[in-house]
Amino acid sequence: MSEHSTYTPGTAVEKWLDDRLPVVRFAKEHLMDFPTPKNLNYWWTFGAILVMCLGVQIVTGVILAMHYTPNVGLAFDSVEHIRRDVNGGRIIQAVHAVGASMFFVALYIHMFRGLFYGSYKAPREIIWILGVLIFILTVATAFMGYILPWGQMSFWGATVISNIFSAIPLIGENIKQLVLGGFAVGNPTLNRFFSLHYLLPFVIAAIVALHIWALHVPGNNNPIGVEVKDGRDTVPFHPYYTMKDLFAMVLFMIPFAWFVFFAPDILGHPDNYIMANSQVTPAHIVPEWYLLPFYTILRAIDFNILFIDSKLGGVIAMGGALVMLLIVPWLDTGKVRSGTFRPVFKWFFALFTINFVALTYLGAQPAEGIYVVLAKVCTAIYFLYFLVVLPVLSRIEVTKPLPTSISESVLGKANA
Amino acid sequence: MATHSEHSSTNRRDFLYVATGAVGAVGAASVVWPLINQLNPDASTLALASIEFDVSSIPEGQSVTITWRGLPVFVRHRTAAEIEEARAVPLSDLKDPETDEQRTKPGHEQWLIMIANCTHLGCIPVGEAGDFDGWFCPCHGSHYDSAGRIRRGPAPLNLVVPPYEFVSDTLVQIG
Repeated sequence: MSEHSTYTPGTAVEKWLDDRLPVVRFAKEHLMDFPTPKNLNYWWTFGAILVMCLGVQIVTGVILAMHYTPNVGLAFDSVEHIRRDVNGGRIIQAVHAVGASMFFVALYIHMFRGLFYGSYKAPREIIWILGVLIFILTVATAFMGYILPWGQMSFWGATVISNIFSAIPLIGENIKQLVLGGFAVGNPTLNRFFSLHYLLPFVIAAIVALHIWALHVPGNNNPIGVEVKDGRDTVPFHPYYTMKDLFAMVLFMIPFAWFVFFAPDILGHPDNYIMANSQVTPAHIVPEWYLLPFYTILRAIDFNILFIDSKLGGVIAMGGALVMLLIVPWLDTGKVRSGTFRPVFKWFFALFTINFVALTYLGAQPAEGIYVVLAKVCTAIYFLYFLVVLPVLSRIEVTKPLPTSISESVLGKANA
Repeated sequence: MATHSEHSSTNRRDFLYVATGAVGAVGAASVVWPLINQLNPDASTLALASIEFDVSSIPEGQSVTITWRGLPVFVRHRTAAEIEEARAVPLSDLKDPETDEQRTKPGHEQWLIMIANCTHLGCIPVGEAGDFDGWFCPCHGSHYDSAGRIRRGPAPLNLVVPPYEFVSDTLVQIG
């Protein structure tokens, strides 16, 4: 689909450049003329929104790094300094902190869109896997970023997560010390997390480039999941989708701005406004909301399984939850991509989505009573969806008839 | 003639490729290792490996938390009832079986000295709490008994007893 260039260099200068480094040709092919299915709905705007989110985080992050000090004695105060003294720092810091949450809102919507419309199915497996890698790297980056203000939740979040490494048999304790640079979270930890927090967004940007490159080989999936057949099924990316994406970005920025201006701290935790103290654990350690589903899975395993103790079991379950996403293209082998034409799948997908919200809710609750039981049930549902429901449904489900083309489905809708 | 030269030159080439590759891999590894090893605890962190602490100021039924190698350490002066309770537990009830005697020093059974990080994910458990009159970790709900042994919840092991000895009746050297 990349051979649709209509670019002809207008001037001698453009011709000269095109013979040496065809960037203009590349931009025209991939950012303007790229043939895009004409039936994409608003769920498809979150890719562009995510690019915007990454840009916002990088720009505000580079600025924050100009005023922040990665030292256990100074870090907490330097963040307060940014919020109180630096010109505009109150807003820039809030945009970065709220931006992390908004990034994950868009990321989860983007992923659930892919899961519903079967965007991971052949020939788009690599796009999907690169996307999961971006998700994992974004989680790592956000986690390390949360350490930097050096509040109580920063410190104890880092302690809890770094202890995950100590679950590895035999060498776990050594790996933990290698990661932390000490026997406990301390100054070496803060320094290296700052360094990596600055590095990883650029790694993410590089993988985003691969993600889009891989997308531009088969082209976009679309809400009916029927491949593009001819030119009548597509419109050029510009101006049709550049405008639609821009409009969606504006809508997305409304809640974003509301949080920044009216409730910059509502998504955080009050304990993080107490400076880190290695002698006192907050009564209730809660990670940031976007990590809660996986945190619930981590602590749902509180029993030994054969020779695997509960701690390693929890870590394996959490890692397994991510592995499910990586291998989903081979678990759901059904030919019909879009959930719209899968009457049974639809209900299971709804259950999976509600279950994911439940996992998020449970992660914020104390580990006692009914919550412990529910966490186990929800964890089981998560894995059953991938390991049982998808493989079985893709074999036995009777799907609805597919429209013969995108064009026909669009026109059919207009007539109805 | 042709087969001979083909044969011998292929072998020679293969050997050179493998040898060059092996030397290159060893060289690359020897460059990479220091770049990874710099992440390990540095000399100033390791220097804090041993401390002394006077336990005489802790009344019975009280505990203090001190710092050793950057880690919090519980020092608890246990009551007779707590010791009794810990000893009465059959080993078959324990997830990580250890007797009370194995977790204390002979003649100093009232002193329980343990690293204060939950063996699950490292939070500091709350003292005199939980269902076994010991410690309760609020993070993920692990219950420890009055000898600091794991009784219920996700933690796999008992609270860790650091290496220590009583240098006099009241002075403890940890590490």
